[in-house]
Amino acid sequence: MLATATATAHPITVRDLTVAYHDRAVLWDVDLDVPRGVLMAIVGPNGAGKTTLIKAILGLVPVVAGQVRIEGKPLAEVRRRVAYVPQRGSVDWDFPTSVLDVVMMGRYGALGWIRRPGHRERQAALDALEQVGMRDFAGRQISQLSGGQQQRVFLARALVQDAAIYLMDEPFQGVDATTERTIVGLLRDLRSAGKTVVVVHHDLQTVPEYFDWVTLLNVRKIASGPVEEVFTPELLRRTYGGHIAFLGQPDQDGTVAAVAGGEE
Amino acid sequence: MPDLLHDLLFDYTLRTVALGAAILGIVSGTLGSYAVLRRQSLLGDAISHAALPGIALAFLLTGSKAPLVLVLGAAVAGWIGTLLVMGVVRSTRVKFDSALGIILSVFFGIGLVLLTFIQKREDATQAGLDKFLFGQAATILAQDVVTMAALGGVALFLMLLFWKELKLLSFDPEFGSTLGFPIRALDILLTTLLVIAIVVGLQMVGVVLMSALVVAPAVAARQWTDRLGLMIALAGGFGALAGVSGAVISSTAARLPTGPLIVLCASALVLISLCFAPNRGIVWNALRQRRNRRRLHVEGEVIP
Amino acid sequence: MSAPQIEIQLIAVVIAAACALPGTFLVLRRMALMSDAISHAILIGIVLAFFITEDLASPLLIVGATLTGVVTVSLVELLNRTGRVREDAAIGLVFPVLFSAAVLLIARYAGNVHLDTDAVLLGELAFAPFDRFIVAGWDLGPRALYLMGGILALNVVIIGLLYKELKLVTFDAGLAAALGFAPAVVHYILMSLVSVTAVGAFEAVGSILVVALMIAPPATAYLLTDRLPVMLGLGALTGAVAAAGGYWLAHWLDASIAGSMAMVAGLLFGAACLFAPQRGVIAAARRRAAQRWEFAQTMLAIHLFNHRDTPDAATESRVDHLQEHLRWDPDFAAQVIHRAERRGLIHHHGQALTLTGEGMRVAREALVG
Repeated sequence: MLATATATAHPITVRDLTVAYHDRAVLWDVDLDVPRGVLMAIVGPNGAGKTTLIKAILGLVPVVAGQVRIEGKPLAEVRRRVAYVPQRGSVDWDFPTSVLDVVMMGRYGALGWIRRPGHRERQAALDALEQVGMRDFAGRQISQLSGGQQQRVFLARALVQDAAIYLMDEPFQGVDATTERTIVGLLRDLRSAGKTVVVVHHDLQTVPEYFDWVTLLNVRKIASGPVEEVFTPELLRRTYGGHIAFLGQPDQDGTVAAVAGGEE
Repeated sequence: MPDLLHDLLFDYTLRTVALGAAILGIVSGTLGSYAVLRRQSLLGDAISHAALPGIALAFLLTGSKAPLVLVLGAAVAGWIGTLLVMGVVRSTRVKFDSALGIILSVFFGIGLVLLTFIQKREDATQAGLDKFLFGQAATILAQDVVTMAALGGVALFLMLLFWKELKLLSFDPEFGSTLGFPIRALDILLTTLLVIAIVVGLQMVGVVLMSALVVAPAVAARQWTDRLGLMIALAGGFGALAGVSGAVISSTAARLPTGPLIVLCASALVLISLCFAPNRGIVWNALRQRRNRRRLHVEGEVIP
Repeated sequence: MSAPQIEIQLIAVVIAAACALPGTFLVLRRMALMSDAISHAILIGIVLAFFITEDLASPLLIVGATLTGVVTVSLVELLNRTGRVREDAAIGLVFPVLFSAAVLLIARYAGNVHLDTDAVLLGELAFAPFDRFIVAGWDLGPRALYLMGGILALNVVIIGLLYKELKLVTFDAGLAAALGFAPAVVHYILMSLVSVTAVGAFEAVGSILVVALMIAPPATAYLLTDRLPVMLGLGALTGAVAAAGGYWLAHWLDASIAGSMAMVAGLLFGAACLFAPQRGVIAAARRRAAQRWEFAQTMLAIHLFNHRDTPDAATESRVDHLQEHLRWDPDFAAQVIHRAERRGLIHHHGQALTLTGEGMRVAREALVG
């Protein structure tokens, strides 16, 4: 089933993925199919393995067992098709470099070894910055950016890769309202363009509004599918193990506004 | 002063020492910048101390005191030391700073044992080796400078060749990995370049002081610019300036060892940069604040 | 063993124990390289004090050097607080300056005195027995022994008195501040202890061995225990062993005593890295290997459990399918199946695998937990 790579293969296929860290299982036997062109949220409590799942898909952490296929092929063969937006805290923003420079780093993969970025890369970077509303900041030193601006720079860096699949780790964490709107708009544009976007998301309240698919994760995959089907009180309760409060009555389609409490 | 300039150009010894010091400054300044940016400033300290047993062993095994042989020994030992540090950090709960301290002191201790061993064996020959402790710039030959230039040149060439890869490694290695770059291999490359930078300077400055020349020029340069390329170039420049200054000052009087003087010059550059660099300089900022306050004060009086 | 030999070893052991105590806190607080910085920087304190007193045996030297240690720490902090220099870079800037200044002063003005720069690094432990502590005509033994013994006592007393504070500041600085213990004060007291110890040990064993003895034995203890009092004791003990062992190694090789002591300290640390019961590399590898089997069996159980009521249960439960699906090579899969069967988790009929009640229990437990 997995060995054949068909033209209609899912953008991301995960089978029996198990990742352990220091004797503890962080992901257990996770199966996941991500359909093409969805805007999917991955949610779960702290320590659920959400970031680990993204990193395992990208080959950034060793797996104990299981397999990941991107469009039916191993990641190494199709790196160009995937773009990664890590958490903001993963770099030192005091590094002496400009916004434009960071965005151009997204083109390094296409450039390959030794070749330097040139006019074309620069233009692509400026275009990406335009898309995230940061064109005027191109020459700015990155230490002078606010949290929301930093996030947008990371997004621009991913956009410039012109990938088919985007993996993002908590892009809405700690950003201002303007940035949040910009990012949502961007995600929707990507979806309209036929891209597949997977986002580790921390805010349950906005899941039904921003996303059309959701995966509930807590070391194991609890459920995955369209928001209307999966984002239900029953399944959420199973994911969060009781540390969850629901606001108001379920909507017509059974989805709820939910808030997770009782965690750090 | 004109005498000094004259000596610099025409006195063989001073010219050689100054040239060697300049090369040392450029190489350690530029490559040290990466260590400083990656918060591994004291890795240079560990590498240079770890080099000592390598030097001693190289002599013991080959019987030769040729600079290239000793430098090679230093490089291998420094390299092994770094591997051990990384190994300890990766596989036990001992942290980076403790691992550095242990490798630094234990390797150095091994070096001392080997040195005294050599000393007992043959009295005259050891004198050549313990100059690596504090450096003996004054005895440097044109041939040594050529060796330094060659090694340094190779290191700088590699740095320029893999410029964007090394930038990626230093800023966001995980992202670089997702682009398909072999981050582990690049890390090894960068470490190797740092080891080369350090062993190049050991003969002149010695193991104890070498680490300062890896850190100081980069810290000074950082105060003047926010662009990586300019910072690294400036670091090289500051390193060269400190090197030549140290060499020149040391020639003006007797019993002024070159190594410590170079370090003091480099540190002076750091102090000046910290105080007076535009936008980041402390004194510069204080003066600007005072000027702004005065302006506000004046304007305040004009507005009714 | 002759009397001087015994004395040297005794001094070395006392030095090691004295170094291990403050060193433990340096290791735990991730400030190991402060020992490197301080032990180099105190040279200038000694030199300046020497210029004032012109007497190598003056107690002012110790005072001066200790002060320098504290000054070093303050300078590092000052640099860091400007916001423009990271802490590790600050350390790498401050001590070379002080050390260079000291070397220059020695070369220029004290060249004819026994303040030999080589001795700075190496120490002269071999000569320690010759420097006697003579009171009222009575030879009480080597001066170094009394000096270090006093410092050891000082360390024990201060660490004992401030034990709670040190513990709190090391593991939870925020809480310490909230409770009213000034972390900064405790920090400076600790640094003063490091300085005093470094100064005392300096003359006998030089800068580098001070670093080795302050870091390696506590780090060794860190791999052997989780409890602070035990770590302190084990650190001192390891240091003492390194000191005695180092002496005999030096004796046998006819080499530098300080260097040998550092070597033995390193060997002990290396041994702990490899062989420590829980935290050593070998123990961890063994644990991981055992886990791999256990994980695999549990995964097999979970896999069978998850697919048991699905349409493709029949295919999913076949042995050959497992190999393809779980990416297990045939030998590994066979082993796992064998172990799982032995444990009573599954039944194995030809190609088909079925889950037993026990297997189901294990799967459920793993899924819930």
